[in-house]
Amino acid sequence: MSRRYLNQAGVALLSLVLIVWSLAPIYNMVLISLEPEGDVFTEHIWPRVPSIESFWGVLTQGHWYLAHFWRQFANSFFIGAMVTFFALLLGTLTSFAIARMRVRHGWLVSNAALLTYVIPASFLAIPFYRIMQNYGLANNPWSVIAALVAFATPYAIFVFQEYGRSIPIEVDESARIDGASPPQIYLRIYLPLMAPALVAVGTYALLLAWNEYLYQFLLLSSKSSMTVPVALAQFLSSDQSPWNYMMATAIVYALPPVAIYYAFRRRMAAGLTMGGVKG
Amino acid sequence: MSGAPEVVAVRPASLDRPRRPGRLGALPGPELAWAIAFVAPYAVVFVAFVVYPVAQGLWMARDPSLYRALLADALYPPTVLNTALFVGVGVNAKMFLALLLSGFFMRRRWWIKALLPVFMLPWALPSIPAFVSFHWMLIGEEGLVDRLLWMLFGLPGPLWFNDRWLALTWNIVADVWKWLPFWTLTFFAARMAIPRDIYEAADVDGAGAADRFVHIIVPLLGNLYLVCTLLDTLWTIGDFTTVSLVSEGAPAYSTNVLATLGFHYAFDAAQPALAVAAVMSALPVLIPITLLVMRALQIRQVQL
Repeated sequence: MSRRYLNQAGVALLSLVLIVWSLAPIYNMVLISLEPEGDVFTEHIWPRVPSIESFWGVLTQGHWYLAHFWRQFANSFFIGAMVTFFALLLGTLTSFAIARMRVRHGWLVSNAALLTYVIPASFLAIPFYRIMQNYGLANNPWSVIAALVAFATPYAIFVFQEYGRSIPIEVDESARIDGASPPQIYLRIYLPLMAPALVAVGTYALLLAWNEYLYQFLLLSSKSSMTVPVALAQFLSSDQSPWNYMMATAIVYALPPVAIYYAFRRRMAAGLTMGGVKG
Repeated sequence: MSGAPEVVAVRPASLDRPRRPGRLGALPGPELAWAIAFVAPYAVVFVAFVVYPVAQGLWMARDPSLYRALLADALYPPTVLNTALFVGVGVNAKMFLALLLSGFFMRRRWWIKALLPVFMLPWALPSIPAFVSFHWMLIGEEGLVDRLLWMLFGLPGPLWFNDRWLALTWNIVADVWKWLPFWTLTFFAARMAIPRDIYEAADVDGAGAADRFVHIIVPLLGNLYLVCTLLDTLWTIGDFTTVSLVSEGAPAYSTNVLATLGFHYAFDAAQPALAVAAVMSALPVLIPITLLVMRALQIRQVQL
Protein backbone atom coordinates (compact mmCIF):
# COMPACT_ATOMS: atom_id res chain seq x y z
CA MET A 1 0.00 0.00 0.00
CA SER A 2 2.70 2.46 0.97
CA ARG A 3 4.43 1.69 -2.30
CA ARG A 4 1.39 2.94 -4.12
CA TYR A 5 1.37 6.17 -2.11
CA LEU A 6 5.04 6.61 -2.83
CA ASN A 7 4.28 6.14 -6.49
CA GLN A 8 1.47 8.72 -6.33
CA ALA A 9 3.67 11.16 -4.47
CA GLY A 10 6.44 10.69 -7.02
CA VAL A 11 4.06 11.35 -9.89
CA ALA A 12 2.71 14.45 -8.16
CA LEU A 13 6.21 15.75 -7.47
CA LEU A 14 7.32 15.15 -11.03
CA SER A 15 4.23 16.95 -12.30
CA LEU A 16 5.04 19.94 -10.12
CA VAL A 17 8.65 19.98 -11.27
CA LEU A 18 7.53 19.88 -14.90
CA ILE A 19 5.13 22.76 -14.41
CA VAL A 20 7.74 24.97 -12.73
CA TRP A 21 10.38 23.98 -15.28
CA SER A 22 8.14 24.73 -18.25
CA LEU A 23 6.68 27.98 -16.99
CA ALA A 24 9.60 29.68 -15.20
CA PRO A 25 11.04 31.60 -18.18
CA ILE A 26 7.53 32.51 -19.30
CA TYR A 27 6.71 33.78 -15.83
CA ASN A 28 9.87 35.82 -15.98
CA MET A 29 8.77 37.41 -19.24
CA VAL A 30 5.38 38.31 -17.82
CA LEU A 31 6.95 39.56 -14.61
CA ILE A 32 9.33 41.94 -16.36
CA SER A 33 6.68 43.14 -18.78
CA LEU A 34 4.42 44.14 -15.91
CA GLU A 35 7.05 46.20 -14.09
CA PRO A 36 6.31 49.90 -14.23
CA GLU A 37 8.72 52.16 -16.07
CA GLY A 38 11.63 49.94 -17.07
CA ASP A 39 12.66 48.92 -13.58
CA VAL A 40 13.63 45.32 -14.19
CA PHE A 41 15.61 44.87 -11.02
CA THR A 42 13.46 44.62 -7.92
CA GLU A 43 13.68 42.45 -4.85
CA HIS A 44 10.35 40.76 -5.34
CA ILE A 45 9.53 37.75 -7.43
CA TRP A 46 6.02 38.87 -8.15
CA PRO A 47 4.97 42.24 -9.50
CA ARG A 48 4.48 44.71 -6.68
CA VAL A 49 2.53 47.23 -8.70
CA PRO A 50 1.62 45.53 -11.95
CA SER A 51 1.30 47.91 -14.81
CA ILE A 52 0.22 47.19 -18.35
CA GLU A 53 1.69 50.39 -19.72
CA SER A 54 4.30 48.36 -21.57
CA PHE A 55 1.65 46.40 -23.46
CA TRP A 56 -0.19 49.60 -24.22
CA GLY A 57 3.08 51.04 -25.48
CA VAL A 58 3.58 48.10 -27.82
CA LEU A 59 0.06 48.22 -29.21
CA THR A 60 0.16 51.98 -29.80
CA GLN A 61 3.83 52.10 -30.89
CA GLY A 62 4.23 54.58 -28.05
CA HIS A 63 7.98 54.39 -27.62
CA TRP A 64 10.63 55.38 -30.10
CA TYR A 65 12.08 51.87 -30.10
CA LEU A 66 8.66 50.61 -31.11
CA ALA A 67 7.95 53.20 -33.77
CA HIS A 68 7.78 50.56 -36.52
CA PHE A 69 6.39 47.69 -34.49
CA TRP A 70 3.27 46.97 -36.53
CA ARG A 71 5.21 47.19 -39.77
CA GLN A 72 7.74 44.71 -38.40
CA PHE A 73 5.01 42.44 -37.10
CA ALA A 74 3.44 42.48 -40.57
CA ASN A 75 6.85 41.62 -42.03
CA SER A 76 7.07 38.61 -39.73
CA PHE A 77 3.60 37.53 -40.78
CA PHE A 78 4.38 38.03 -44.44
CA ILE A 79 7.57 35.98 -44.25
CA GLY A 80 5.82 33.25 -42.26
CA ALA A 81 2.91 33.07 -44.68
CA MET A 82 5.10 33.01 -47.78
CA VAL A 83 7.44 30.37 -46.37
CA THR A 84 4.45 28.20 -45.49
CA PHE A 85 2.84 28.67 -48.87
CA PHE A 86 5.93 27.96 -50.94
CA ALA A 87 7.13 25.06 -48.80
CA LEU A 88 3.72 23.44 -49.20
CA LEU A 89 3.55 24.21 -52.92
CA LEU A 90 7.03 23.03 -53.82
CA GLY A 91 6.84 20.09 -51.42
CA THR A 92 3.56 18.76 -52.78
CA LEU A 93 4.47 19.30 -56.42
CA THR A 94 7.80 17.52 -56.02
CA SER A 95 6.49 14.62 -53.94
CA PHE A 96 3.58 14.23 -56.34
CA ALA A 97 5.94 13.92 -59.27
CA ILE A 98 8.25 11.52 -57.45
CA ALA A 99 5.86 9.33 -55.53
CA ARG A 100 2.66 9.42 -57.56
CA MET A 101 3.80 9.94 -61.11
CA ARG A 102 6.80 7.76 -60.34
CA VAL A 103 9.20 9.63 -62.53
CA ARG A 104 12.38 7.67 -63.04
CA HIS A 105 15.35 8.61 -60.84
CA GLY A 106 12.90 10.45 -58.62
CA TRP A 107 14.64 9.00 -55.60
CA LEU A 108 17.68 11.05 -56.60
CA VAL A 109 15.71 14.23 -56.12
CA SER A 110 14.43 13.29 -52.68
CA ASN A 111 17.83 12.10 -51.52
CA ALA A 112 19.50 15.21 -52.89
CA ALA A 113 16.90 17.26 -51.04
CA LEU A 114 17.81 15.60 -47.75
CA LEU A 115 21.45 16.49 -48.39
CA THR A 116 20.34 20.06 -47.72
CA TYR A 117 20.55 19.17 -44.07
CA VAL A 118 24.16 18.02 -44.05
CA ILE A 119 25.36 21.54 -43.49
CA PRO A 120 23.33 23.36 -40.86
CA ALA A 121 21.57 26.51 -41.98
CA SER A 122 23.55 28.72 -39.63
CA PHE A 123 26.82 27.54 -41.21
CA LEU A 124 25.68 28.73 -44.61
CA ALA A 125 24.70 32.18 -43.41
CA ILE A 126 27.84 33.93 -44.62
CA PRO A 127 27.84 32.53 -48.17
CA PHE A 128 24.11 33.26 -48.25
CA TYR A 129 24.72 36.86 -47.28
CA ARG A 130 27.14 37.30 -50.15
CA ILE A 131 24.93 35.53 -52.64
CA MET A 132 21.89 37.59 -51.78
CA GLN A 133 23.92 40.69 -52.43
CA ASN A 134 24.83 39.20 -55.83
CA TYR A 135 21.19 38.46 -56.60
CA GLY A 136 20.30 42.02 -55.66
CA LEU A 137 18.07 40.85 -52.81
CA ALA A 138 19.83 42.61 -49.98
CA ASN A 139 17.45 43.94 -47.32
CA ASN A 140 14.55 42.25 -49.10
CA PRO A 141 12.19 39.85 -47.28
CA TRP A 142 12.27 37.52 -50.29
CA SER A 143 15.89 36.67 -49.47
CA VAL A 144 14.81 35.33 -46.10
CA ILE A 145 11.80 33.58 -47.65
CA ALA A 146 14.02 31.89 -50.25
CA ALA A 147 16.46 30.68 -47.60
CA LEU A 148 13.75 29.32 -45.32
CA VAL A 149 11.85 27.65 -48.16
CA ALA A 150 15.07 25.97 -49.28
CA PHE A 151 15.49 24.57 -45.78
CA ALA A 152 11.87 23.63 -45.11
CA THR A 153 11.00 21.93 -48.40
CA PRO A 154 13.13 18.76 -48.07
CA TYR A 155 11.42 17.92 -44.81
CA ALA A 156 8.06 18.63 -46.46
CA ILE A 157 8.90 16.30 -49.36
CA PHE A 158 9.92 13.59 -46.93
CA VAL A 159 6.73 13.85 -44.88
CA PHE A 160 4.50 13.99 -47.97
CA GLN A 161 6.16 10.92 -49.42
CA GLU A 162 5.72 9.00 -46.18
CA TYR A 163 2.13 10.08 -45.77
CA GLY A 164 1.38 9.39 -49.43
CA ARG A 165 2.19 5.72 -48.89
CA SER A 166 -1.11 5.36 -47.12
CA ILE A 167 -3.01 6.55 -50.21
CA PRO A 168 -3.31 3.71 -52.73
CA ILE A 169 -1.87 4.44 -56.14
CA GLU A 170 -5.00 2.88 -57.63
CA VAL A 171 -6.83 6.09 -56.81
CA ASP A 172 -4.55 8.00 -59.16
CA GLU A 173 -4.72 5.30 -61.77
CA SER A 174 -8.48 5.19 -61.84
CA ALA A 175 -8.53 8.95 -62.26
CA ARG A 176 -6.07 8.64 -65.09
CA ILE A 177 -8.24 6.05 -66.76
CA ASP A 178 -11.14 8.46 -66.45
CA GLY A 179 -9.05 10.91 -68.45
CA ALA A 180 -7.75 13.23 -65.77
CA SER A 181 -4.57 15.11 -66.54
CA PRO A 182 -1.76 15.29 -63.94
CA PRO A 183 -2.67 18.78 -62.75
CA GLN A 184 -6.24 17.66 -62.26
CA ILE A 185 -5.18 14.60 -60.28
CA TYR A 186 -2.89 16.84 -58.23
CA LEU A 187 -5.59 19.40 -57.46
CA ARG A 188 -8.69 17.25 -57.16
CA ILE A 189 -7.37 14.03 -55.64
CA TYR A 190 -3.86 14.38 -54.21
CA LEU A 191 -4.18 17.64 -52.30
CA PRO A 192 -7.53 16.86 -50.62
CA LEU A 193 -6.32 13.43 -49.52
CA MET A 194 -3.12 14.93 -48.17
CA ALA A 195 -4.94 17.51 -46.04
CA PRO A 196 -3.71 16.27 -42.61
CA ALA A 197 -0.13 16.19 -43.81
CA LEU A 198 -0.54 19.66 -45.30
CA VAL A 199 -1.67 21.02 -41.95
CA ALA A 200 1.19 19.34 -40.10
CA VAL A 201 3.86 20.53 -42.53
CA GLY A 202 2.30 23.98 -42.87
CA THR A 203 2.35 24.47 -39.13
CA TYR A 204 5.97 23.26 -39.02
CA ALA A 205 6.97 25.74 -41.76
CA LEU A 206 5.20 28.62 -40.04
CA LEU A 207 6.82 27.87 -36.69
CA LEU A 208 10.19 27.52 -38.43
CA ALA A 209 9.86 31.00 -39.91
CA TRP A 210 8.64 32.46 -36.64
CA ASN A 211 11.47 30.84 -34.66
CA GLU A 212 14.15 31.85 -37.10
CA TYR A 213 16.62 34.50 -36.05
CA LEU A 214 19.99 34.43 -37.78
CA TYR A 215 18.93 34.90 -41.40
CA GLN A 216 16.49 37.66 -40.55
CA PHE A 217 19.17 39.31 -38.47
CA LEU A 218 21.73 39.08 -41.28
CA LEU A 219 19.65 39.85 -44.30
CA LEU A 220 17.24 42.52 -43.10
CA SER A 221 18.82 45.73 -41.96
CA SER A 222 16.44 48.64 -42.28
CA LYS A 223 13.78 49.48 -39.72
CA SER A 224 10.98 49.07 -42.22
CA SER A 225 12.12 45.74 -43.62
CA MET A 226 13.23 44.01 -40.45
CA THR A 227 11.11 41.63 -38.44
CA VAL A 228 10.23 41.64 -34.75
CA PRO A 229 13.08 39.32 -33.61
CA VAL A 230 15.63 41.61 -35.23
CA ALA A 231 14.02 44.64 -33.58
CA LEU A 232 14.10 42.81 -30.25
CA ALA A 233 17.80 42.14 -30.72
CA GLN A 234 18.33 45.85 -31.20
CA PHE A 235 16.62 46.44 -27.87
CA LEU A 236 19.11 44.03 -26.33
CA SER A 237 22.17 45.80 -27.59
CA SER A 238 21.38 49.05 -25.85
CA ASP A 239 22.07 49.65 -22.16
CA GLN A 240 19.13 51.91 -21.58
CA SER A 241 16.39 49.90 -23.19
CA PRO A 242 13.07 49.81 -21.44
CA TRP A 243 13.04 46.13 -20.57
CA ASN A 244 9.38 46.03 -19.76
CA TYR A 245 8.56 47.20 -23.29
CA MET A 246 10.92 44.62 -24.69
CA MET A 247 9.31 41.77 -22.80
CA ALA A 248 5.88 43.03 -23.74
CA THR A 249 6.98 43.01 -27.38
CA ALA A 250 8.32 39.50 -26.95
CA ILE A 251 5.03 38.33 -25.47
CA VAL A 252 2.97 39.88 -28.27
CA TYR A 253 5.31 38.27 -30.79
CA ALA A 254 4.89 34.90 -29.08
CA LEU A 255 1.09 34.90 -29.16
CA PRO A 256 0.40 33.89 -32.81
CA PRO A 257 2.58 30.75 -32.92
CA VAL A 258 1.36 29.63 -29.50
CA ALA A 259 -2.25 30.11 -30.63
CA ILE A 260 -1.61 28.28 -33.90
CA TYR A 261 0.21 25.48 -32.14
CA TYR A 262 -2.63 24.88 -29.71
CA ALA A 263 -5.20 25.06 -32.51
CA PHE A 264 -3.40 22.49 -34.65
CA ARG A 265 -1.55 20.34 -32.16
CA ARG A 266 -3.41 17.15 -32.82
CA ARG A 267 -2.63 17.36 -36.51
CA MET A 268 0.99 18.07 -35.77
CA ALA A 269 1.31 15.02 -33.55
CA ALA A 270 -0.03 12.97 -36.44
CA GLY A 271 2.68 14.42 -38.64
CA LEU A 272 5.38 13.34 -36.26
CA THR A 273 4.44 9.68 -36.30
CA MET A 274 5.15 9.46 -40.01
CA GLY A 275 8.37 7.59 -40.32
CA GLY A 276 8.27 6.39 -36.75
CA VAL A 277 6.85 3.12 -35.64
CA LYS A 278 4.53 1.47 -38.09
CA GLY A 279 2.47 -1.23 -36.42
CA MET B 1 -37.92 -10.12 -60.79
CA SER B 2 -37.85 -6.56 -61.98
CA GLY B 3 -36.84 -5.70 -65.43
CA ALA B 4 -33.53 -4.28 -64.34
CA PRO B 5 -30.93 -4.84 -67.01
CA GLU B 6 -28.05 -7.05 -66.10
CA VAL B 7 -24.81 -5.26 -65.73
CA VAL B 8 -21.91 -7.29 -66.89
CA ALA B 9 -18.61 -6.11 -65.56
CA VAL B 10 -16.09 -5.91 -68.32
CA ARG B 11 -12.47 -5.47 -67.44
CA PRO B 12 -11.22 -2.46 -69.38
CA ALA B 13 -8.56 -3.37 -71.86
CA SER B 14 -6.41 -0.46 -70.66
CA LEU B 15 -5.70 -2.26 -67.40
CA ASP B 16 -4.12 -5.12 -69.27
CA ARG B 17 -1.59 -2.87 -70.88
CA PRO B 18 1.61 -3.30 -68.87
CA ARG B 19 2.24 -0.12 -66.99
CA ARG B 20 5.60 -0.29 -65.33
CA PRO B 21 6.06 2.58 -62.94
CA GLY B 22 9.55 3.93 -62.71
CA ARG B 23 10.62 3.52 -66.30
CA LEU B 24 10.97 6.92 -67.86
CA GLY B 25 9.94 5.58 -71.23
CA ALA B 26 6.64 4.32 -69.84
CA LEU B 27 5.47 7.82 -68.94
CA PRO B 28 3.74 9.20 -72.01
CA GLY B 29 5.17 12.40 -73.43
CA PRO B 30 2.65 14.87 -71.98
CA GLU B 31 2.85 13.20 -68.58
CA LEU B 32 6.60 13.34 -68.60
CA ALA B 33 6.42 17.02 -69.41
CA TRP B 34 4.11 17.56 -66.45
CA ALA B 35 6.38 15.57 -64.14
CA ILE B 36 9.36 17.68 -65.12
CA ALA B 37 7.29 20.85 -64.73
CA PHE B 38 6.30 19.77 -61.23
CA VAL B 39 9.84 19.06 -60.10
CA ALA B 40 11.36 22.09 -61.81
CA PRO B 41 10.39 24.79 -59.27
CA TYR B 42 12.02 22.97 -56.37
CA ALA B 43 15.01 22.08 -58.52
CA VAL B 44 15.55 25.76 -59.24
CA VAL B 45 15.28 26.65 -55.55
CA PHE B 46 17.64 23.82 -54.67
CA VAL B 47 20.32 24.90 -57.14
CA ALA B 48 20.02 28.62 -56.46
CA PHE B 49 19.71 28.50 -52.68
CA VAL B 50 21.39 25.29 -51.56
CA VAL B 51 23.95 24.16 -54.13
CA TYR B 52 25.27 27.65 -54.85
CA PRO B 53 25.74 28.70 -51.18
CA VAL B 54 27.31 25.35 -50.30
CA ALA B 55 29.66 25.59 -53.26
CA GLN B 56 30.45 29.19 -52.38
CA GLY B 57 31.11 28.20 -48.77
CA LEU B 58 33.38 25.32 -49.69
CA TRP B 59 35.20 27.61 -52.11
CA MET B 60 35.72 30.23 -49.42
CA ALA B 61 37.03 27.60 -47.03
CA ARG B 62 39.41 25.86 -49.43
CA ASP B 63 42.68 27.42 -48.25
CA PRO B 64 44.59 25.10 -45.85
CA SER B 65 46.33 28.04 -44.21
CA LEU B 66 42.93 29.07 -42.81
CA TYR B 67 42.83 25.89 -40.77
CA ARG B 68 46.32 26.45 -39.45
CA ALA B 69 45.20 29.96 -38.47
CA LEU B 70 42.15 28.49 -36.73
CA LEU B 71 44.18 26.08 -34.64
CA ALA B 72 46.51 28.88 -33.68
CA ASP B 73 43.69 31.23 -32.73
CA ALA B 74 42.99 31.48 -29.02
CA LEU B 75 39.23 31.23 -29.48
CA TYR B 76 38.93 28.20 -31.73
CA PRO B 77 40.01 25.20 -29.57
CA PRO B 78 37.88 26.19 -26.56
CA THR B 79 34.97 26.75 -28.93
CA VAL B 80 35.32 23.23 -30.28
CA LEU B 81 35.24 21.91 -26.73
CA ASN B 82 32.18 24.06 -25.96
CA THR B 83 30.42 22.76 -29.05
CA ALA B 84 31.27 19.17 -28.16
CA LEU B 85 29.91 19.60 -24.63
CA PHE B 86 26.87 21.59 -25.75
CA VAL B 87 25.98 18.90 -28.27
CA GLY B 88 27.11 15.82 -26.34
CA VAL B 89 25.48 16.66 -23.04
CA GLY B 90 22.48 18.49 -24.47
CA VAL B 91 21.46 15.92 -27.05
CA ASN B 92 21.82 12.94 -24.74
CA ALA B 93 19.97 14.71 -21.94
CA LYS B 94 17.15 15.59 -24.32
CA MET B 95 16.86 12.09 -25.75
CA PHE B 96 17.05 10.26 -22.46
CA LEU B 97 14.63 12.58 -20.66
CA ALA B 98 12.29 12.56 -23.65
CA LEU B 99 12.16 8.77 -23.63
CA LEU B 100 11.41 8.66 -19.92
CA LEU B 101 8.89 11.50 -20.00
CA SER B 102 7.10 9.97 -22.97
CA GLY B 103 6.37 7.01 -20.74
CA PHE B 104 5.24 9.33 -17.95
CA PHE B 105 2.75 11.06 -20.25
CA MET B 106 1.21 7.74 -21.24
CA ARG B 107 -0.41 7.54 -17.82
CA ARG B 108 -4.11 8.10 -17.93
CA ARG B 109 -4.68 10.51 -15.06
CA TRP B 110 -6.62 13.56 -16.09
CA TRP B 111 -4.05 15.98 -14.69
CA ILE B 112 -1.23 14.31 -16.58
CA LYS B 113 -3.18 14.69 -19.80
CA ALA B 114 -3.75 18.34 -18.89
CA LEU B 115 -0.05 18.71 -18.15
CA LEU B 116 1.05 17.78 -21.66
CA PRO B 117 -0.08 21.04 -23.37
CA VAL B 118 1.61 23.04 -20.61
CA PHE B 119 4.77 21.01 -21.05
CA MET B 120 4.67 21.70 -24.80
CA LEU B 121 4.60 25.47 -24.28
CA PRO B 122 8.39 25.93 -24.44
CA TRP B 123 8.39 24.45 -27.92
CA ALA B 124 5.44 26.52 -29.11
CA LEU B 125 7.03 29.71 -27.83
CA PRO B 126 9.35 31.37 -30.38
CA SER B 127 13.06 31.04 -29.60
CA ILE B 128 13.88 34.70 -29.38
CA PRO B 129 11.54 35.73 -26.58
CA ALA B 130 12.27 32.53 -24.69
CA PHE B 131 16.05 32.84 -24.78
CA VAL B 132 15.97 36.57 -24.07
CA SER B 133 13.95 35.69 -20.99
CA PHE B 134 16.56 33.11 -19.99
CA HIS B 135 19.26 35.72 -20.39
CA TRP B 136 17.41 38.10 -18.12
CA MET B 137 16.64 35.41 -15.55
CA LEU B 138 20.35 34.95 -15.06
CA ILE B 139 21.85 38.39 -15.32
CA GLY B 140 23.21 39.96 -12.19
CA GLU B 141 22.05 39.42 -8.64
CA GLU B 142 18.58 40.67 -9.40
CA GLY B 143 17.76 38.15 -12.11
CA LEU B 144 14.87 35.86 -11.20
CA VAL B 145 17.07 32.82 -10.47
CA ASP B 146 19.29 34.61 -7.99
CA ARG B 147 16.31 36.31 -6.37
CA LEU B 148 14.64 32.92 -5.90
CA LEU B 149 17.81 31.41 -4.46
CA TRP B 150 18.01 34.28 -1.97
CA MET B 151 14.36 34.11 -1.00
CA LEU B 152 14.11 30.35 -0.70
CA PHE B 153 17.54 29.35 0.57
CA GLY B 154 19.25 32.57 1.64
CA LEU B 155 22.01 31.87 -0.87
CA PRO B 156 23.59 34.74 -2.75
CA GLY B 157 23.53 33.38 -6.26
CA PRO B 158 26.64 33.64 -8.41
CA LEU B 159 27.06 35.93 -11.39
CA TRP B 160 26.25 33.21 -13.85
CA PHE B 161 27.78 34.75 -16.93
CA ASN B 162 31.06 35.58 -15.28
CA ASP B 163 32.03 31.91 -15.19
CA ARG B 164 32.57 29.94 -18.38
CA TRP B 165 31.29 26.61 -17.08
CA LEU B 166 28.21 28.04 -15.40
CA ALA B 167 27.32 29.98 -18.53
CA LEU B 168 27.85 26.87 -20.66
CA THR B 169 25.62 24.87 -18.32
CA TRP B 170 22.86 27.43 -18.69
CA ASN B 171 23.19 27.33 -22.47
CA ILE B 172 22.66 23.59 -22.28
CA VAL B 173 19.72 23.97 -19.89
CA ALA B 174 18.08 26.52 -22.20
CA ASP B 175 18.53 24.22 -25.18
CA VAL B 176 17.05 21.26 -23.30
CA TRP B 177 14.18 23.46 -22.07
CA LYS B 178 13.27 24.50 -25.60
CA TRP B 179 13.53 21.19 -27.43
CA LEU B 180 12.71 18.50 -24.85
CA PRO B 181 8.96 18.86 -25.49
CA PHE B 182 9.40 18.20 -29.21
CA TRP B 183 11.33 14.99 -28.69
CA THR B 184 9.03 13.89 -25.88
CA LEU B 185 6.10 14.28 -28.24
CA THR B 186 7.92 12.29 -30.92
CA PHE B 187 8.56 9.38 -28.58
CA PHE B 188 5.08 9.70 -27.13
CA ALA B 189 3.51 9.42 -30.59
CA ALA B 190 5.67 6.39 -31.29
CA ARG B 191 4.65 4.73 -28.03
CA MET B 192 1.00 5.40 -28.84
CA ALA B 193 1.48 3.65 -32.16
CA ILE B 194 2.49 0.42 -30.44
CA PRO B 195 -0.55 -1.86 -30.54
CA ARG B 196 -2.19 -2.41 -27.19
CA ASP B 197 -2.12 -6.19 -27.73
CA ILE B 198 1.58 -6.20 -27.08
CA TYR B 199 1.21 -4.48 -23.74
CA GLU B 200 -1.65 -6.79 -22.83
CA ALA B 201 0.36 -9.86 -23.76
CA ALA B 202 3.20 -8.58 -21.61
CA ASP B 203 0.82 -8.08 -18.69
CA VAL B 204 -0.45 -11.61 -19.09
CA ASP B 205 3.14 -12.83 -18.95
CA GLY B 206 3.61 -10.90 -15.72
CA ALA B 207 6.03 -8.30 -17.05
CA GLY B 208 6.88 -5.36 -14.79
CA ALA B 209 7.68 -1.83 -15.88
CA ALA B 210 11.40 -2.56 -16.32
CA ASP B 211 10.63 -5.70 -18.37
CA ARG B 212 8.26 -3.72 -20.56
CA PHE B 213 10.93 -1.11 -21.11
CA VAL B 214 13.66 -3.58 -22.01
CA HIS B 215 11.62 -6.01 -24.09
CA ILE B 216 9.03 -3.78 -25.75
CA ILE B 217 10.15 -0.14 -25.82
CA VAL B 218 13.83 -0.62 -26.56
CA PRO B 219 13.39 -2.97 -29.56
CA LEU B 220 10.48 -1.06 -31.06
CA LEU B 221 11.71 2.47 -30.45
CA GLY B 222 15.42 1.72 -30.78
CA ASN B 223 15.77 2.79 -34.37
CA LEU B 224 13.67 5.91 -33.83
CA TYR B 225 15.81 6.82 -30.81
CA LEU B 226 18.93 6.49 -32.92
CA VAL B 227 17.49 8.59 -35.76
CA CYS B 228 16.32 11.27 -33.34
CA THR B 229 19.70 11.36 -31.59
CA LEU B 230 21.50 11.80 -34.91
CA LEU B 231 19.07 14.43 -36.20
CA ASP B 232 19.23 16.40 -32.98
CA THR B 233 23.04 16.20 -33.08
CA LEU B 234 22.99 17.78 -36.54
CA TRP B 235 20.57 20.47 -35.48
CA THR B 236 22.37 21.27 -32.22
CA ILE B 237 25.77 21.54 -33.91
CA GLY B 238 24.25 24.23 -36.10
CA ASP B 239 22.41 26.02 -33.29
CA PHE B 240 23.17 29.72 -33.34
CA THR B 241 20.21 31.28 -31.54
CA THR B 242 20.59 29.67 -28.12
CA VAL B 243 24.16 30.67 -27.37
CA SER B 244 23.78 33.99 -29.16
CA LEU B 245 20.92 35.08 -26.92
CA VAL B 246 21.44 33.29 -23.61
CA SER B 247 25.10 33.70 -22.74
CA GLU B 248 26.02 35.83 -25.79
CA GLY B 249 29.37 34.08 -25.70
CA ALA B 250 30.15 35.59 -22.30
CA PRO B 251 32.49 35.80 -20.53
CA ALA B 252 34.77 37.17 -23.22
CA TYR B 253 33.79 34.82 -26.07
CA SER B 254 34.63 31.77 -23.97
CA THR B 255 31.22 30.12 -24.30
CA ASN B 256 30.91 30.46 -28.06
CA VAL B 257 29.99 27.48 -30.15
CA LEU B 258 31.04 27.04 -33.77
CA ALA B 259 28.01 28.83 -35.18
CA THR B 260 28.45 31.94 -33.03
CA LEU B 261 32.23 31.90 -33.45
CA GLY B 262 31.78 31.95 -37.21
CA PHE B 263 29.54 34.96 -36.85
CA HIS B 264 32.12 36.66 -34.63
CA TYR B 265 34.93 36.08 -37.14
CA ALA B 266 32.82 37.29 -40.05
CA PHE B 267 31.21 40.38 -38.59
CA ASP B 268 33.24 41.45 -35.58
CA ALA B 269 36.68 40.56 -36.90
CA ALA B 270 35.89 41.09 -40.61
CA GLN B 271 37.40 37.75 -41.62
CA PRO B 272 34.68 35.92 -43.56
CA ALA B 273 36.97 33.26 -44.98
CA LEU B 274 38.14 32.33 -41.49
CA ALA B 275 34.50 32.25 -40.39
CA VAL B 276 33.51 29.82 -43.12
CA ALA B 277 36.57 27.70 -42.39
CA ALA B 278 35.57 27.56 -38.72
CA VAL B 279 32.12 26.22 -39.48
CA MET B 280 33.27 23.94 -42.29
CA SER B 281 35.71 22.34 -39.87
CA ALA B 282 32.67 20.51 -38.49
CA LEU B 283 32.13 18.70 -41.81
CA PRO B 284 34.14 15.60 -40.78
CA VAL B 285 31.52 15.14 -38.07
CA LEU B 286 28.46 16.28 -40.03
CA ILE B 287 28.92 14.09 -43.09
CA PRO B 288 29.16 10.70 -41.34
CA ILE B 289 26.20 11.58 -39.14
CA THR B 290 24.09 12.51 -42.15
CA LEU B 291 25.00 9.26 -43.87
CA LEU B 292 24.01 7.35 -40.75
CA VAL B 293 20.68 9.17 -40.62
CA MET B 294 19.94 8.38 -44.23
CA ARG B 295 20.80 4.76 -43.64
CA ALA B 296 18.73 4.53 -40.45
CA LEU B 297 15.77 6.11 -42.23
CA GLN B 298 15.80 3.21 -44.69
CA ILE B 299 14.77 0.97 -41.85
CA ARG B 300 11.33 2.40 -41.47
CA GLN B 301 9.15 -0.59 -40.99
CA VAL B 302 9.24 -2.16 -37.58
CA GLN B 303 8.99 -5.90 -37.69
CA LEU B 304 6.38 -6.94 -35.19
